[in-house]
Amino acid sequence: MTSGRMASIARLSYAALMLPLLGTGVAHADSDNYVEVARGKALATAGDCVACHTAKGGAPFAGGLALQTPFGAIMTPNITPDNTTGIGSWSADDLARAMHDGRRPGGGYLYPAFPYPYYTKVTRADIDAIYAYLRTLPPANNSVSRNTLPFPFNIRLSMSGWNGMFFTPGTFAPDSSRSAEYDRGAYLVEGLGHCGACHTPFNAFGASKADRYLQGNQIDYWTAPNITNDMQSGLGKWSVDDIVQYLKTGQTGTSLASGPMKDVIENSTSKMPDPDLKAMAVYLKERGAAGSPTPAPLPASDRQMQAGEAIFIDTCSACHTRAGTGVEHLFPKLAGNVVTTQDDPSSLIRIIIAGGRAAATDARPTSPAMPSLGYRLSDEQIAAVVTYVRNSWGNAASPVSADAVRGLRARVTGPAD
Amino acid sequence: MARRLPRKDVVIVGLGWTGSIMALELARTGLEVVAIERGPWRDTAADFNIGTAPDELRYAVRHDVFLRPRQETLTMRNNPSQTALPIRKWGSFLPGNGVGGAGVHWNGQTWRFLPQDFRIRSHMTERYGAGILPEGNFIQDWPVSYDELEPYYDKFEYVAGISGKAGNIKGQIQPGGNPFEGPRSREYPTPPIKQGHSQELFAKAATNMGLHPFPRPSGTLSVAYTNTYGCTMAPCTYCGFCERFGCANYSKSTPQACVLPALVREPTFEARTECEVTKVNLSGDGKTATGVTYVDANGEEWEQPAELVLVCAYALFNVRLMLLSGIGKPYDPASGEGAVGRNYAYQTGTGSTAFFEDVKFNPFAATGSLGMVIDDYNGDNFDHGPHGFVGGAYINNAYTNGRPILYHPTPRGTPNWGSAWKKAVRETYQRVTNVGAQGSVMSYRNNYLDLDPTYKDPLGRPLMRMTFDYQDNERKMANWMADRCDEIAKAMGAKTTQVNRLVGPWSVVPYQTTHNTGGAIIGSDPKTSALNRYLQSWDVSNVFVMGASAFPQNAGYNPTGTVGALAYWALDAIFKYLKSPAPLVQR
Repeated sequence: MTSGRMASIARLSYAALMLPLLGTGVAHADSDNYVEVARGKALATAGDCVACHTAKGGAPFAGGLALQTPFGAIMTPNITPDNTTGIGSWSADDLARAMHDGRRPGGGYLYPAFPYPYYTKVTRADIDAIYAYLRTLPPANNSVSRNTLPFPFNIRLSMSGWNGMFFTPGTFAPDSSRSAEYDRGAYLVEGLGHCGACHTPFNAFGASKADRYLQGNQIDYWTAPNITNDMQSGLGKWSVDDIVQYLKTGQTGTSLASGPMKDVIENSTSKMPDPDLKAMAVYLKERGAAGSPTPAPLPASDRQMQAGEAIFIDTCSACHTRAGTGVEHLFPKLAGNVVTTQDDPSSLIRIIIAGGRAAATDARPTSPAMPSLGYRLSDEQIAAVVTYVRNSWGNAASPVSADAVRGLRARVTGPAD
Repeated sequence: MARRLPRKDVVIVGLGWTGSIMALELARTGLEVVAIERGPWRDTAADFNIGTAPDELRYAVRHDVFLRPRQETLTMRNNPSQTALPIRKWGSFLPGNGVGGAGVHWNGQTWRFLPQDFRIRSHMTERYGAGILPEGNFIQDWPVSYDELEPYYDKFEYVAGISGKAGNIKGQIQPGGNPFEGPRSREYPTPPIKQGHSQELFAKAATNMGLHPFPRPSGTLSVAYTNTYGCTMAPCTYCGFCERFGCANYSKSTPQACVLPALVREPTFEARTECEVTKVNLSGDGKTATGVTYVDANGEEWEQPAELVLVCAYALFNVRLMLLSGIGKPYDPASGEGAVGRNYAYQTGTGSTAFFEDVKFNPFAATGSLGMVIDDYNGDNFDHGPHGFVGGAYINNAYTNGRPILYHPTPRGTPNWGSAWKKAVRETYQRVTNVGAQGSVMSYRNNYLDLDPTYKDPLGRPLMRMTFDYQDNERKMANWMADRCDEIAKAMGAKTTQVNRLVGPWSVVPYQTTHNTGGAIIGSDPKTSALNRYLQSWDVSNVFVMGASAFPQNAGYNPTGTVGALAYWALDAIFKYLKSPAPLVQR
């Protein structure tokens, strides 16, 4: 048989990737250094570079994905080592400058859709490893228009002022009062992982609000939940192991990832080594809690609650069960699930309208779907059932209006992803 | 002219139960595997939305997930003196199409055959003398024993998550299970599903009659289950949309639920859907397969070279592909010689419809595998001496569904339309149940498969011709069973009963069962079997043929459990074959 050897080579490199990414003391990159390249690949995976730098159906890392921002669409660049359309002519210093300072080789400004406010924390040694890895990619000739923003946002120099207000350059500084594990987690979450890019609210200038770090945000009409240690809507009820399992397998058993987090898990965290996942979990659990106070639940006698309960029994309870307990590993538990009690109910609304699909990983290959039900539930009905879910089985959160559903429906109707 | 593609290690024809199992297990060893499937890709999330999956008109009436007769059908006749005509609308049986195959739309009833079923010829002859074997029979012992298959039955059941109650664990009879079954190495992976009121009445009546009722082993699951491949299934909701439907609840044991989520992650696996394999290609001396030729959805012809060819289509179409490819000698009923196409068999269905007065059954709260069963009259679990027939049946009381379009039983003599019909439907719907017998069919000289001399498919290839009728032995057996069913129905408290007997020639029109077996059977003698005991072609040693086409005759059970066991049994042999490619049994 011809391919057995190929397969064992593939397995070998995979095994190398699973080595913890610690030991960043390796000196300068040597492009022939297999260990350095493998480390760079693992770091690029932790940074999930491929997610933004790959167009739908396009060559990996060849760019061309349109990132929607409040200021217009930004096309992601080709970061394969193609000399004309990619970054083949970049030196390691060039990459380090982009990551650390948000600047192009010629000195021009990058937009923070490229999360350099996070990447600035990555060590030079790690950037060099990523550079070494990117040099091994097959060069893809893919020319991407880099000037799609409308006036005045197309003036890159304006980023100079933005940086002055919102950007603090500087690599990660460990906190000597914390454990090495905590610091490792902080380095990954705050740096390459750029978790805050989605999980922290934006200000009017599109910058993460530093004072509300990791307190939840809305991304592409999905709720990126609060991931502080908050009990109401954060990770307060999750153990370190719950977080590790979630990042590794796509689920805790009762919570299943969908939406943009499905991609993050499939492309990135499920391929990261366990010690790094544990470090991230320890950091998230220990760094503190912040969020809105828990409101009083709506009474069962509320009209919206009564309508919602009837809809829930008819439409939802076969899978999620009457008691909101769901089915382990398959249908999320709604009782006590913090996704249901976020300040922003967008995920609940959109997943009922348009459906969704849970992450699939090697550990948990079944990727169940939430069917789209928007075709048969009105805005009022969805508002009622979401309100019911947010205020039943011990859950308590603000009610949802039909207007909120209407606004979201217009934006998310289309095939489930 | 077919364009030649790069060589693969393994090409699999058909991506149903056996194809997906083979693909996963072989791809996991690093082999390059391509599965070629003539129907579409099908996935629970994308194709079986809970909001639209229970659509009886689309799926049950209009046959949405089945093979289109226009794409491929077969011709049928009852005996060699007739001229066969094409089946233009599926009736008696419903071949699947697309990824998952018939494993998508089955009911999930998952049985093991009895130990004696595997040596039925020897067993019956030893106990009753050769005179009990029917005239013209081709009954053969299987070349593999129950004990040899037991670990593989177990493997399949734990992949599929089957819900049931063991009756015999390592020789110890277990209360509540089937005391007649062969010894199992362990309990079923999940406990039995819930039963309805009618099944309670059946169990009570059967017990009072000295019979041994137990819950039917079910591929619609009682509880959530994560299988050996890491795939997760949900508890059944008893919606009653199983047979003819894809399950939207992740509750039915299907390739979609049990195998494909793991398979699609394998980097050396590739599926090509809507591609019809037209032929297995052979080397000049005809002893080695070089790959397959197929036609894609655009009508383009491709040659896929491969080291190993696994024929994993539906039983009937496995046989046709062998005949079209020249693998093995076609069976000739005139001379009785030739192996491919012989020993085609089917299943009998008889019983008693029981009408009650003061009950309210809920047939709509059902699953395809719900039911209580007795096995006292199956195989040779009872004395055949006084009856003069071979074979047996399980007798069950089940509701697979109470769906609005096709489920409206009425007493005989009720008009087929109008107010009297409506009144009868209303009065009967919750007051009727059925006690049914699903029986074995032996193999005979004149029941066989070959290529039709007249009719062709759209690609110009001859259709397969089925020559089949029930023989006296089966009629005797099935009608004797109908009387046993009637006894139980009456003991359940039915006010009136109607006995449903096997009369007249076999017809392709009413649905009976999709348990078509044989045609490419395993055996010890290459003159009378197409495959050796490892499901390897006697004639072309790098071709293995999975499925119920391997059964030498059919037992009184649903076939899928045995199909799954044979696949894992063959897989172990294929691993041996790969180390040293050669015939695994010398002819």
